[in-house]
This record gives sequence, C-alpha cells and structure tokens, in this order.
Amino acid sequence: MLTVLVLLPTAVAVSLLCLPRGTPRSVHVAWTATAVVELALTATIWLRHPAGGGLSHQERARWLPSVGAGYHVGVDGLSLPLVAMSCVLFLACALYTWRQTDRVREFAVLFLFLQSTSLGLFVALDLILFFLFFDLSLVAMYFVIAGWGHRDAARSALLFFLYTFTGSLALLLGFIGLYLAADPHTFDIVELTRDDPLAGRTTHGALVLLAVGVGLAIKTPTVPFHTWLPPAHTDAPAAGSAVLAGVLLKMGTYGFLRIAMPVMPGAWRGAAVVFVVVGVVSVVYGALVAFAQTDFKRMVAYTSVNHMGYIVLAVGAAGTLGGDGPAGDRARHLAVTGSVFQMVSHGLLTGALFLLCGVLYERGGTHRTAAYSGVAHRAPVFAALTGVAAFASLGLPGFSGFIAEFQILTGSLGPQPVATGLALLGVLLTAALLLRAVRQVFTGPLRLPPTGPGQATTTRSFPDLAWHETASLTPLLALAVVLGLLPRFVLDVIEPASLGVLRLLAR
Amino acid sequence: MPTVNGPLWALVALPLAVGTALAAAGRRADRCAPAVAVGTATATLGLALVVARTRPRTEAPLLAGLPARLAVDGLSALMVVTVTAVTVAVLLFSVQDLGPGAARARFFGLMLLFAGAMLVTVVAATLPVLLMGWEVMGAASWALVGHRWRDPEPTRAANTVFVTTRLTDLGLYLAAGAALAGGGLAGSLALADLPHLTGPWLTAATAGIVVAALGKSAQLPFSFWLSSAMWGPSPVSALLHSATMVVAGAYLLLRLGPLLSATTWGGPAVAWTGALTALALGLVALAQSDLKQLLAASTCAQIGFMTLAAGVSAATGGTLQLVAHAAAKSLAFLAAGTWMTAWGTQALPALRSAARRHPATGVPFTVAALTLAGLPPLALWSAKDLLLAGALAQNVGLYAVGLAAATLSAGYAAKALWFVWRPAPTPAGQPPPRLAPAPPPRLTHATLGSLLLLTAVCAGLSALSLPPVRAAVDRQLGDVTPGSGGQPGPEPWELALSGGLAVAVLAGAAAAARLPAVTRAVTSAGARPGAGPRHRAARWCRAWLALPDVARALSAGVHRVARALAAFDDQVLARGVNGLARNLPAPTLAALDDRVLARSVNGLARGTSRLATWTAAEAERRVEAAVEGVAAAARAAGRRARAPQTGQLHQYLAQAAAGFTVLAVLFVALAR
Repeated sequence: MLTVLVLLPTAVAVSLLCLPRGTPRSVHVAWTATAVVELALTATIWLRHPAGGGLSHQERARWLPSVGAGYHVGVDGLSLPLVAMSCVLFLACALYTWRQTDRVREFAVLFLFLQSTSLGLFVALDLILFFLFFDLSLVAMYFVIAGWGHRDAARSALLFFLYTFTGSLALLLGFIGLYLAADPHTFDIVELTRDDPLAGRTTHGALVLLAVGVGLAIKTPTVPFHTWLPPAHTDAPAAGSAVLAGVLLKMGTYGFLRIAMPVMPGAWRGAAVVFVVVGVVSVVYGALVAFAQTDFKRMVAYTSVNHMGYIVLAVGAAGTLGGDGPAGDRARHLAVTGSVFQMVSHGLLTGALFLLCGVLYERGGTHRTAAYSGVAHRAPVFAALTGVAAFASLGLPGFSGFIAEFQILTGSLGPQPVATGLALLGVLLTAALLLRAVRQVFTGPLRLPPTGPGQATTTRSFPDLAWHETASLTPLLALAVVLGLLPRFVLDVIEPASLGVLRLLAR
Repeated sequence: MPTVNGPLWALVALPLAVGTALAAAGRRADRCAPAVAVGTATATLGLALVVARTRPRTEAPLLAGLPARLAVDGLSALMVVTVTAVTVAVLLFSVQDLGPGAARARFFGLMLLFAGAMLVTVVAATLPVLLMGWEVMGAASWALVGHRWRDPEPTRAANTVFVTTRLTDLGLYLAAGAALAGGGLAGSLALADLPHLTGPWLTAATAGIVVAALGKSAQLPFSFWLSSAMWGPSPVSALLHSATMVVAGAYLLLRLGPLLSATTWGGPAVAWTGALTALALGLVALAQSDLKQLLAASTCAQIGFMTLAAGVSAATGGTLQLVAHAAAKSLAFLAAGTWMTAWGTQALPALRSAARRHPATGVPFTVAALTLAGLPPLALWSAKDLLLAGALAQNVGLYAVGLAAATLSAGYAAKALWFVWRPAPTPAGQPPPRLAPAPPPRLTHATLGSLLLLTAVCAGLSALSLPPVRAAVDRQLGDVTPGSGGQPGPEPWELALSGGLAVAVLAGAAAAARLPAVTRAVTSAGARPGAGPRHRAARWCRAWLALPDVARALSAGVHRVARALAAFDDQVLARGVNGLARNLPAPTLAALDDRVLARSVNGLARGTSRLATWTAAEAERRVEAAVEGVAAAARAAGRRARAPQTGQLHQYLAQAAAGFTVLAVLFVALAR
C-alpha cells in the first residue's frame, strides 16, 4: 500500500509525459485526481494504523543486498501525520494552479514527482532510501524554481541546489559512518535503532552526529545555515514555495526524530545543548530578521526559520537532563509531541501563507508591503483569509500552531528554562511582525502598485479570490482550526511514537 | 472524573460558534446579525444562570495527561452572570449605534466571539484552557478596536493593544511551563494546583501569572494600551472596559489569591501595584479633557482597587468592586456613546450641558458617574471600603494610598459631571452653544431599554452595601478563598470617612460651579500652555504618564536591532556563505563593519567615560583589522573557488558526481 502511495504520482507523471499532449485542463484534472487519490490512500492507511503505535504497513524488498541497503518502508506516529499533511498540501497546490497556463504539463509532472519523493522520504526506513528521496526532492525543486520562478530565479535555484546538495553530502557521510559502525553493516533504520551501533564510541558518535546534524540543519534550516532559504522563497513560484516550506523543510526536522535521536542516543544526549542553542538562536534571530523585512514573502520565509527553530529547541531539550524525575519525563514527552505537531501545523499554515503571497504577487506584481495599502477594499475575502492565516501563524489559540507551540514551550521550559524563556520572545515578535504587515497591506486607504509610470495607484485591477484559490486555501485554514480545537485524533497517533523516541533516547 | 456537562459546554460554545459563523458570513448576514446576536447573548445569559445555580465541572482530553477542564464555582458563577448580562445590554445598545450601513455581521460576530472568549477564561480550570480564552479575547479585541479599518489610526491602536497584551501573555506560557516542571506526576496544569508548587517553579509561576494579569488589566506599567483601545466603537469600549478583557486580569488574581499568598512577595507586590495604579491613573483621569480618555483612565484606576483587593486577600471586596464597576462603566460608556454619535465629539468642553439637554441619557450617565465616585449608598462605596479594610489590616500606608485614590475617583467623576451638567454658555461675549447645530440623540426602544436596564442594575446593586447581602456573597465565594469569611469588614468610621470624602468632593464641585472664576479656570485648563511645574505635571498626566512614548521608543529600539540583524543576514551571512567574495571587496565589508558594528559600539559609548570611548576605538581597530584579514582570505579563496564556478549547471553536477564517486570508492573500500 505504501509503495502504491509513493509510486502512484510518479506513474501518473510518466504517463502524462508519454501520452499525447493533452489540454492544460486535462492535465490539471489528472493531477488533481491523483492528489485526491493520494489523500484517500493516506486516510485509509491512517484508519488502519494500530491504535497502540509502532510501525505499520511495513514493506521490504531486496534492493542492494551487497551494501546492506534494502527497500524498507513503513509508517508510525512520526511519519503518518507528515504524510497526511503533505498530501493535503499537494492537493492544495494542484487546486491553486488550476488556471496556470505556462507549461502546465511539465509543472504537473514535477509536482507529482516531488510528491513521490516527499512521501517516499517520510516512509523510508532505510538510510540509502532516505538519502535517495532526499536528493531527488532537491532536483525536482531546483527545476520548479528555475523554470517557473520570477526575477533572479536561476541564481536562487542554483544557490538552493548547491547549498542543500552540500548538506545532503554531509548527510551521506554521516550515514556511511553509521553503516560502518553497525555490525553487521546495514543501512536499515530499524536495525540500526535496535542495535545502537555507536554506544560507547564517543568520538565516532560525535563525528557522525556532526555530519548528520549539519546535513539536516541545512535542510531545516537553522541559523546560520538558512541563507539559501530567503532567495529561494522570494523567487520561487507560489506553489513551489508552499511545498518547499511546507514539506521539504520538514525533511530536516523529521530526520532528527527518525534518525539522529533514536539511532545515536548517546551522541544526541551529549550534543543536545548545542541543538537547544541553535534552536533558540533560530527562533529569536529568525523572528527579528523577519521583523525587518519589507517584502511580504521574504518575511514569511524568515518566520519559517523561527517556527522550525521551535522544533529544534524541543528535540534538543528532550535530550538534556534538566527537570529530572517523572515531571521531567512528562515535560520531554510534551516537547517531542509538540515538535511533531508543529511540523504538521507549520506545513499547513506556511503553505497557506505562501499561496496567499502568490495571490498578492499575481495581482500586484510585487511582494513589497509598502507598495500596498487598503487591499481589503478590493479583495475582502483575500484580506480576511490572510488575517486568519496570520493569526494562525502567530500561534493564536484555536489554531494548530498554538497546540504545537504550547506543548513545545511548556515541555521545554522544565529541562531548559533559560533557553525556553528566550524563545518565548519569538512568540511576541511573530505577532508584532505579522500584524504590522497585515495592517500595511490590507487596511487604510486604497493604494496599489501603479500599472505603469504616471498611472494612478488605484487603477490596477485587483480581483478578489477566484474559486480555485478559495478552494485551495480554505481547507488548509479549516484543518488548522480543527487541529487547534480537536487535536486528539492526531495526538493519539503522535504520542506513542514520541514516547518511543524518548525511550530509545534514554538508553 | 470525566463528566460531560451540556449547559457548561453550551455556555462557551454557543457564543463562540455563532460569533464565528456571523463574522465568517460577512456582509450577507448584515441584516440578520443584530437579532441573531442579541438572541444568542440572551440564550447565553440563560445558560449562565443555569450553571451559576448548578455549579458543574466538566473535562475533556486535550494534551497527554493534561485534560481541558471547565468548572463553575462561587466566583465564576458571579462572573458568568455579570459577563453575559453586560453583553446583552451592550449588544442591545449596538443595534442602534451600528446602523444598517455598518458591517454589522462582522461587528456582532466579533462581539460574541469576544464575550465567548471571556466566558472561557472565566470557567477555565486549567492553564491551557485559560490561555486559549485569554488570547482569543485579545485577538477579538484587535479586530474590534480596528473595526474602522479604512482609517489608519484604529488599526495602529489595534496592533498596540494586541502586541502589548501578548507581551504579558508570555507570563502564562511561563507559568504553564513552571507548573508542568514543578508539578510532578500529579501536575495537571490545574489552576487550583499552582499554589502547591515549590522553590523556583513557584516563583516563576507566580511571576508569570502576575505579569499576565497586570498586562491584561492595564495596570502599571502597561496602562497605555487602554488609551489606544479607545479607537474602537463605543459599544466595544463599553464591553471591553466593564465585564471583559481588562477585568480578566483582576479576575485571575482574585481567583489565584492562594497562589499570591504562597509566596512572601506576591501579595504585597500585587497590592502595591494596584494601589499605585489606582492613584496614578486617577490623576491621569482627572487631567483628561476628553470624556472617553477620562473613562479609560478611570477603568485602570478602578481595576487597581480589584488588584489591590487580590493582593490583600480581600476577595469579597474585590469581587463586589468588579461586579459594580462592570455595571457602572458599561452604562457610562453607552450613555457617553450616544452623545459622541449624535454630536460627533468626545471633548469635555464641547459636551457642555449634554446631560441637561438630553436627560434620557444624562440621568443614566449621572448614576454611573456617582457610582464611580463612590457616593453612599451606591455599590462601589461599600465595596471599596470592604477591600480597603483588608488593606488596613495589612499596612496603613496601603490603606492611605487607597483612600486617596478613592477620593480621586470622586474627583474625576465630579469633573465629568461638572461639564455635562453645566448650563449652556450665555451669549454675552461667550462662544455660542456648541451643541446647537446637531439635534440631541433620538433613541430607539432597544437603546433606551438597555440604558434603563443598566441604570436600574447600577442603582439596585446598592443593596450590596447591606451587611446581610454582603455576607451572602462572602459565603458564595467561600469555596474559592477558604478563610475569606474571616476577612475584616470595614469599621463604621471607615465607611463614614470614605463616604464623607466622596460627598465633600462632589458637593465642592457643585458649589464651585457657581463661582465664575473657577468655571473659567477649569474650562480653560489645558487650552493654555503653561511652563510651570504644575502645568508640566498636568501635561504629563494628560499624556498617560508618557507611558505610550516609552512603549513607542522600546518598539523602535527592537525595530532598529531587527534592521541591523537583517542587514547582517543579507550582507555578511548570505554573501559569506555564498562564497561570493568577488562581489564583496574588502572596503565594502569594512564599510559594513563601520556602519553596523562600529556605529552600535559608538552609540553605546557615547555619553559614557573617555575610557569607554578609547576601548571602543581600540576594539573597532582590531575588529576592522580582523575583518580585513577575513575579507582578504575570502577574496583569495573566492579567486580559487571561482575556477570551477562557471555558473553552468551540468558542470556543477559533474563536480558533485565526482565527489560522489570519491565517496563511493571510500565507502566500498571501507565496507569490505
């Protein structure tokens, strides 16, 4: 079933390429239908996932037996929510681009391929498989940015590719280190987790964790490895940005929870403080730099650095010793659960925000906030949805972001009081910066970017959301509300898995 | 024991759900919004009366081992009735105030959402639920204050309101983290468990709760946000100032009296903050020449008494103060709102003789103002004495400050009454009557009904001054604050003293109104710029103690830091990592260093001793030298790195593939 889930989009993509060129509409229908089927498959898998946790739907096949790598996939409480979130986001992107006319077939093919690689990464239980999907996702995203981006797209795409590719090489080095440490040599994540191959080998463990940590930190991205992110986002097409921030960034933090923590518990505990510091710096620095941005999309990009920083803080705090005893264990459990929840929440919300940025750009031709004022006069629904998305993103209760950040902050405070206290400032800064941008763009007297030199600032046409845009955005925000009010159905899946990670970490 | 209680869930869910639906429906629902909203509010009032009698508790699973709990006890029973009753009155009033042309669905929906969030705050028994109600209330207030979004000022004010209150909300996050870390296995983030924390966790939790409550209640030093909140429509002020938002902080402190008592510093810190706020903001209120700003400052001052009560464990006095103030303040804002709508001004001199010209609003306003003044036998008189008796039992100084603040409240009430009851100026040599051009407000039955209802409640609450009624309230609150039954009651002399002071101030104002000299002095005060220390002090008070300026300066400082960091991010981190040394010659880097690093160093050093300047210069030289070195090295590295950097993707891929091959060989060699 998982294999079908992973390979179906690629199969559709290949058939789109092989079959005679259809109309853009038929391509869109095929793409959207595939995304719907994927979502339905995920729902089925979710329903059949055992309530008690553990890996389910595992599939194995011989692949590269000589090097100890096999095709091994499966889902548990860490990956299942991410798989579901990715499917929702890819469907939203398919709907969002419904009216696109520029090389639709190629765009759809890339996105379908991207969906395969993303889902494949989340279900992979073999390091080489993980690495393969990690790199293939970079290739697909490179072409999305370079082919459909604006302004300096080629350069930004190249920077993105080279930077994250370097990160993936570091990751590969780390994986090889793990492989060599295991006896018998293997790349299987389940076996590596069971064996804890680096137990008692401090130097070897630290080096492997350094390589893996840097590789994943580049992808996440954390300060100071985040500099590829703003240009990539600014120049990427809206749907590309949504997937890049919503799905691809999660590969980094997912890697921490899937590989770094369970497979190298000793090394992780030793270096946990580093991750705490990196997380806090990302939270505060990301928020402060976002505060100074004058470009709406760039600002949203920097808030991703901030939001992903919370996850790094939580997984770091989970590895530290402070707040011992049962209270400490509960706090750490809350923090790790919150970090997984944050990945889902951030995927939905930042996806929505980037799609909204795309709406702004498509109508106004710029992301510069100062170029707009009073857009709500012309596009009230767009204004209302952006306002809701901004409040959701700043962690307002009633939305998923609050459940995530509350768990992370409450859980991390016990183990790491000073760092978490500083991270609280991020909650305030994101509120200030998002509301300032919303006020600038949507309220006040109407002012739009002039259509040409000497043109008035109100002549440009700025239609409100079209149905396909509403249809792609509303489910994302509605889901954020559902997760914010009734989080149990997701938490019931995550909690056993996060408890499992903590047990493995405590070995 | 998890039990599901229908009325309690409905109490919070009904206004939230209907409010969200109305706000989401947008202009399509404008026509039916008032009826739906008033109906919902009335139904909620009915539910509030039910749960106030049955006192249910209920819970639902939320986070791992941390359920969401709602409960109604004696204190929250009083609160839910107060909140819902005031909401009904204010919504009734809004039907006329927000005319058919206004965005009624959005307004009424958000008002319901606002009241519903307050109800969640009131019945929350665990911290996550409290925080949810607390912050959603803040967000609703943002949308309501910025209701007139076409103008720039209301939205700016809305951002100030939300960001300021969110700053202090961080205290609740801190308290939750501390409660979990210090609570052991039994820790459930229940409010009732907070006092059992120990050591630093107790300190952290108390500090967090206190800061959050002081911020929400606009106590010192956070009072300035309430001045901004005045940009909302009048009904918003009537609700925000009376039974929701600002009283949420005082309510939380009253509820968590045992937590304040668990630390040695919590009670006194809270009590003194409340007393000083009552005093300072009383002066601010007295200095205002704008009716809405006067009422706003008086809200801070009156809530200062509730905070004081929480700090000295006088929960009964604080609660009575809260309930009576809610009735009086909502009434005052509604009556004043009709004047502002009819005559388009809120300046006191321009509202001269407003009450005289329109007694249907003038009388309710007068009842409200006299209640705020603490005139016997109106409810705030005895409530204040009850809580001041608690203060006297702890500290004479606290009592003296409180009594002075109570006298000030008579002063600012007298000032407002003085203006609105003054006869219109006579034509001889005076400016013509300013209210003449516009006709007095014409009120619909709903508006009149809401004013009469609140006036009756305001006057009827005087019964709270009777000892048997007070004893009943005391018993009602017994389960919240065990031992509050032993709370000292006011001695007769205390009641006589405070009542006498209020009467004296009001009578003095009435008498002075007959003296032309005084009239001239008061009318022209503020119009004439003066240079003396007295004038400076008055200006300082009128400007809300310069607190808004301080806040602006702080926010500008953060912005400057943010911009500097962004420049650093763009120019140093991004480029440095890029390996684009060729685009960044050393002079640029050095210039950046001068601009960013050196300037901030210089900024710090300016005004300090010469030693500091010398050090800064020295440090700068070294930093510059180091940066020059780094830049030179980067340039050299860049030259070397440029060789393979051709900008052609296939060549990069070829390089990457070569790297891969090396790795693969290594890997195969080692794997054997």
